Amino acid sequence: MGAVTPSATGRKTGSLSWLVLPALVMFVGFGIIPLIGVVVLSFTNWDGIGAITAAGFANWGSVLTDPGLPHALGVTFLVMFLSWAVQTPLSILLGVFISGHQKYRAVLAVLYFLPLLLSSAAIAIAYKALLDPNFGLGAGLGLPFLSQNWLGRPALAMGVVIFIVSWQFIPFHSLIYQGGVRQIPRSMYEAAEIDGAGRVRQFFSMTLPQLKNTIITSSTLMIVGSLTFFDLIFVLTGGGPSDATRVLALDMYLRGFRGSLMGPASVIATILVLIGLALALLLQRLGGRGGASSQLEGA
Amino acid sequence: MAGSTTAERPVKAEGRRPGRASGDRSAITSSGKRNYLGGAFGWLWLAIIIIPIYWIVITSFKSASGYFSGNAMAPPTAPTLDNYRLVIESGFVRYFANSVIVTLGAVVPAVLFSFMAAFAIIRGGGRFLKGVNAVFLMGLAIPLQATIIPVFLIIIKLSLYDSLLALILPSIAFALPLTILILGNFIRDVPNELFESMRLDGSSEWGTMWRLAFPLTKPAIVTVSIYQALQVWNSFLLPLVLTQSPDLRVLPLALFSFQGQYSVNIPAVLASVLLTTVPILVLYIAGRRQLLSGLTAGFSK
Repeated sequence: MGAVTPSATGRKTGSLSWLVLPALVMFVGFGIIPLIGVVVLSFTNWDGIGAITAAGFANWGSVLTDPGLPHALGVTFLVMFLSWAVQTPLSILLGVFISGHQKYRAVLAVLYFLPLLLSSAAIAIAYKALLDPNFGLGAGLGLPFLSQNWLGRPALAMGVVIFIVSWQFIPFHSLIYQGGVRQIPRSMYEAAEIDGAGRVRQFFSMTLPQLKNTIITSSTLMIVGSLTFFDLIFVLTGGGPSDATRVLALDMYLRGFRGSLMGPASVIATILVLIGLALALLLQRLGGRGGASSQLEGA
Repeated sequence: MAGSTTAERPVKAEGRRPGRASGDRSAITSSGKRNYLGGAFGWLWLAIIIIPIYWIVITSFKSASGYFSGNAMAPPTAPTLDNYRLVIESGFVRYFANSVIVTLGAVVPAVLFSFMAAFAIIRGGGRFLKGVNAVFLMGLAIPLQATIIPVFLIIIKLSLYDSLLALILPSIAFALPLTILILGNFIRDVPNELFESMRLDGSSEWGTMWRLAFPLTKPAIVTVSIYQALQVWNSFLLPLVLTQSPDLRVLPLALFSFQGQYSVNIPAVLASVLLTTVPILVLYIAGRRQLLSGLTAGFSK
């Protein structure tokens, strides 16, 4: 790097490095060490109170042969896929809509954001009551099809989880898409107009391809985020009915803190971390070198 | 990337200006044709968002008996504040104070540390800072809740179990990766000439950071602060695992035990849900422009 580039101040680099230390110390202490710790603990026995003893590969052996693991993995990936598949098209549609500068759309955007202010625990508590077949939404609106035993039947409970996740997070992702749409040069649309491309055609042949990086950013957040839907599911269904919504994060908690089996729970946690890393890398690959990788690296 | 970087500038500049851009850059709506599908869906989504919130609000003013007898969607015939009184008398003032302490205690250091780190990463160079940056970026990809068991162990070893500090320390760490990424994106946009002229004026990097970078990234700092405050305020797993005394409950945990205790008194449960949201709502109303435009710019880069 020559002396005229931005990193010309590199001469002073030594004097800047200490500025990262507070952040680095905190992150190493409560991020990196726990990350290593979770792998180490997966090879130990611990009940959460007493002494920690070495367990070798016993926890891995027992968890990997436990039929509960493929089930929890299946539920986790199902939640991940469904929440992505529902949220992405709706967020794009809504994002394009609120990218318009009309006043009422700005007002709508402010209202859309409301669910994000509520904690997942609060949302789960409210929906539990709202979905009550006898006194909730269905009875109130006089719509019998809304009066179902929503949280008592496996398929319905999964649907409810996906709906609530969408209710909570679509507004956030539509904001990301709003930003992406506003970056598309207006001249491109003018050119398309002159070429006689209709609105639908414009959307599919210009808006969508131009949003590629935004889609990758938003999808990464959705997919990695879906691994951490703990609060909502814990309060809403507790993993039920009959484990239909027992995702990995919940499985980890229940095994570790309810079952006092921190070793096997750490195996699950390690698997969660590996899935998160693998998916993030995969999504960056999809973005290509100029895409999400450089977005994340800020290059 | 160079081309798209310039394209991004106007959007971010808009994010900086609370005054909001005028309509002349509207890409989609400039065509004159109406976006019926988007419009219909926009209003439909408003209904989907508002109906449950409307129901929470009206129900929280109903009496327990009124809830079971009347129509769920009709406003209360005899509105009452009894539910709110019950919630407040159940110790929510205490829980509220706990939440405020944890939120401020986590967000202020997290944003301050992130700003300093982002400044060093963007303005400095060299292998060390690049490596540090890579570590934080990796943190973005990891579901940090998965590290809860070792965090629990570390908190016990530090003799911090069942204290508010036990919630604050991991919350700071969890907030760092995203905050550093967003603040870094904004610091990078400060024109290099400004840094150069500060340097020529004999300003130290420390002085430049506070007198140049800090004021210019202030909107982003406000945005990430509100965003992280929301995360900490609403966090559930950390308090669930790291505290046990009823006195140390933060609001989401208090909500959870309140609904366990009063599971049949739905109006009171919903009043508690609303009360825990009020401070965040106030913050949102005060900073919504900043938050919405800042998030848009921060994540769309």
